[in-house]
Amino acid sequence: MLQIISLLLENKPGALMRVTGLLSQRGYNIESLTVARTLDPEISRMTIVVDVETAQRQQVIKQMNKLINVLQATDLTDLPAVVRELVLVRIRTAQESRAAVLKEAEIFGGRVVDSSTEGFAIEVTGDPEKLGEFVDVMRSYGEIEATRSGAVVIALEAKRLRLQPPVPTRAGGSKVEEPVA
Amino acid sequence: MSTLMSGARMLVECLAREGVDCMFGYPGGVTLPFYDVLYDHQIRHILVRHEENAAFAAEGYARATGRVGVCCATSGPGATNLTTGLVDAMMDSIPIVAITGQVSTKLIGSDAFQEADTFGITRPCTKHNYLVKKLDDLGQAIHEAFYVAASGRPGPVLVDITKDVLQGQGHYQPVASVHLPGYKVFTEGHTGQIRRAAQLIQESARPLVYSGGGIIAAGATRELREFVELAGTPAVNTLMGLGGLPSSHPNFISLPGMHGSYAANMAMTNADLLIALGVRFDDRVTGRLAAFAPHAKVIHVDIDPAEIGKNRAPEVPIVGDVKRVLAKLNKLLSEAPPTDEKLSAARRAWWRQIRQWKEEHPLEVVKSDTEIKPQHLMGEIDRISGGDAIVSSDVGQHQMWAAQLIRFNEPRLWLNSGGLGSMGFGLPAAIGAQFAHPEKLVFAVVGDGGFQMSIPELATVASYGLPIKIVVMNNGYLGMVRQWQTLFYNNRLSAVELDCFPDAEKLAGAYGFKGRTIDKPWELAPALEEAVREPGPYLLNVKVSPLESVYPMVPAGGAINEMVLGPPQPVAAK
Repeated sequence: MLQIISLLLENKPGALMRVTGLLSQRGYNIESLTVARTLDPEISRMTIVVDVETAQRQQVIKQMNKLINVLQATDLTDLPAVVRELVLVRIRTAQESRAAVLKEAEIFGGRVVDSSTEGFAIEVTGDPEKLGEFVDVMRSYGEIEATRSGAVVIALEAKRLRLQPPVPTRAGGSKVEEPVA
Repeated sequence: MSTLMSGARMLVECLAREGVDCMFGYPGGVTLPFYDVLYDHQIRHILVRHEENAAFAAEGYARATGRVGVCCATSGPGATNLTTGLVDAMMDSIPIVAITGQVSTKLIGSDAFQEADTFGITRPCTKHNYLVKKLDDLGQAIHEAFYVAASGRPGPVLVDITKDVLQGQGHYQPVASVHLPGYKVFTEGHTGQIRRAAQLIQESARPLVYSGGGIIAAGATRELREFVELAGTPAVNTLMGLGGLPSSHPNFISLPGMHGSYAANMAMTNADLLIALGVRFDDRVTGRLAAFAPHAKVIHVDIDPAEIGKNRAPEVPIVGDVKRVLAKLNKLLSEAPPTDEKLSAARRAWWRQIRQWKEEHPLEVVKSDTEIKPQHLMGEIDRISGGDAIVSSDVGQHQMWAAQLIRFNEPRLWLNSGGLGSMGFGLPAAIGAQFAHPEKLVFAVVGDGGFQMSIPELATVASYGLPIKIVVMNNGYLGMVRQWQTLFYNNRLSAVELDCFPDAEKLAGAYGFKGRTIDKPWELAPALEEAVREPGPYLLNVKVSPLESVYPMVPAGGAINEMVLGPPQPVAAK
């Protein structure tokens, strides 16, 4: 099944490689991955969707949390969260179906970002499943090309929204916190 | 206060600050500035003959002492040669720090001479790694490396340093603290879970301790001993955990798993409570996981949260330092009321059953009048060691026989490549151990296959006059592979015959020390005694019966109570 992981990681060289390397090393398939800076330029937020067996979900999170550059890895699959993705679709369509295409785009809350005699470029955001439907619909009108951004997610539980390191550290010493194992 | 110095000197100062007294390495182009500083520094640099062996020697040092072992290599091939040792340390959770040189920052990515992406290559081989391209980052990286390597679940850390950093001039500011916000170490253990564990232990009729390398890494042997005595439980020690409980302790059974003893595997299968301490339910221990310890509830204590529930879901998970957790458990157990009569009777029956299994199929020293049996060899090494010598093993049949038959009454005496199974480990690891303990008797017990992978290190042994007793169990085969071909591939012996082995006396003689080959059982004891009496190194080549197989054996995919206890009907050799 698809697991949605939200990751806070230190913006250090090689941090991205550590995450993707770990996933392939442990045999997990990446469905999508996005990464960008947070409000704190030294910390990045990554959203990863991986295809794993349900029994392995906890193991994925635990392995992620072991990476030294990872500040926090959270499994948001079953938690209150908003998942969004963006798709850019170019469609080449005949004159007579232009109006229909625009109508469909509107239904999906799309925005035309380019228009030419050949067709349109349309931008849609939504949850990944909806975008799949949109792409299917567009395909029925003509030749298309689509680029998806991959999912981004934000947790709706206040306590999960943190940009601070999750564990208080004692300089030079080990960190002491009891995990709920 | 800070002083202006070169990056190379800063590096050496950092190492000295971390308490490094010796390191194992091999120089090269980009590490020249570093070696120039080492020239008149008190840190002892041991020149090995291949970088892979520098990593193994650092591991040997770390395994024998518990301190961080250090190795270094140049860029490109030097660094890539280290990787086997890094993965080996990763698999067995051994703290080592590897220092590698890298081409100058401006040359990175240009396919420069001896350039390799060491940072990328070693990412999956290490607990953490660094690429230092700015002199200002050097001190922090080195101190973090030592901290990460030694804390939590130990492991290898590599620091790749560009040549311009080593050559640059900068101010060294001693690093006061290490700040790693993403590095989480849980040491205390959950109080509630520890209480539940104590409860289960007191209610159990057939408890069993299954302890591993974590006990040794945590320095928890005293606590373990107290625990098995308080709880009155028998204990098995895994291949990595040998010496965790003294082999001479009455509660000690032996090692479990693929080549574990009958008693150990039967105890695992029949226990109603498994107290797993610093172990990872490795496939070589569990056999077919679905059939492993089917009647047992599991208490799993480990410092690495990811190990808990990875292979077997425990009833009581405890993330913590096994030393601290055991201390707390011991306190609870010592305050607990005595068990009731019904349970005590069940416990006595459990002990009777275990003693009976031990008697039915003991691990025995097999002897013959005409040839030296491998088990005989291990029995003699055991007799001479008396549980006190360091035995550094290679990988294969001899490793299993040694683990079965040589006793270890203290931790850090048994050094072997457990998780990765790296042939060529035995001799270089013995070198590292002998440097750590110059006064101790160190055996490198190796096969004729693995020995030939590490022959170059005879030069290191000779040049530093290390009194290592190299004992080659020579059966003329890659014995473990041969055993599998015999048992599972219709005895079609493919590429396993080692028909050429150098004359041991001449080989050792060529390096300036003594060597000898023996093949008669009556020569064995005197030859080993002679080797031990010899003040310098000694190479003893022991020709053993060639077609002996290691038993008991759990075939791959089998349950551990489905052991093959002895050889099948003889099959005609090809």
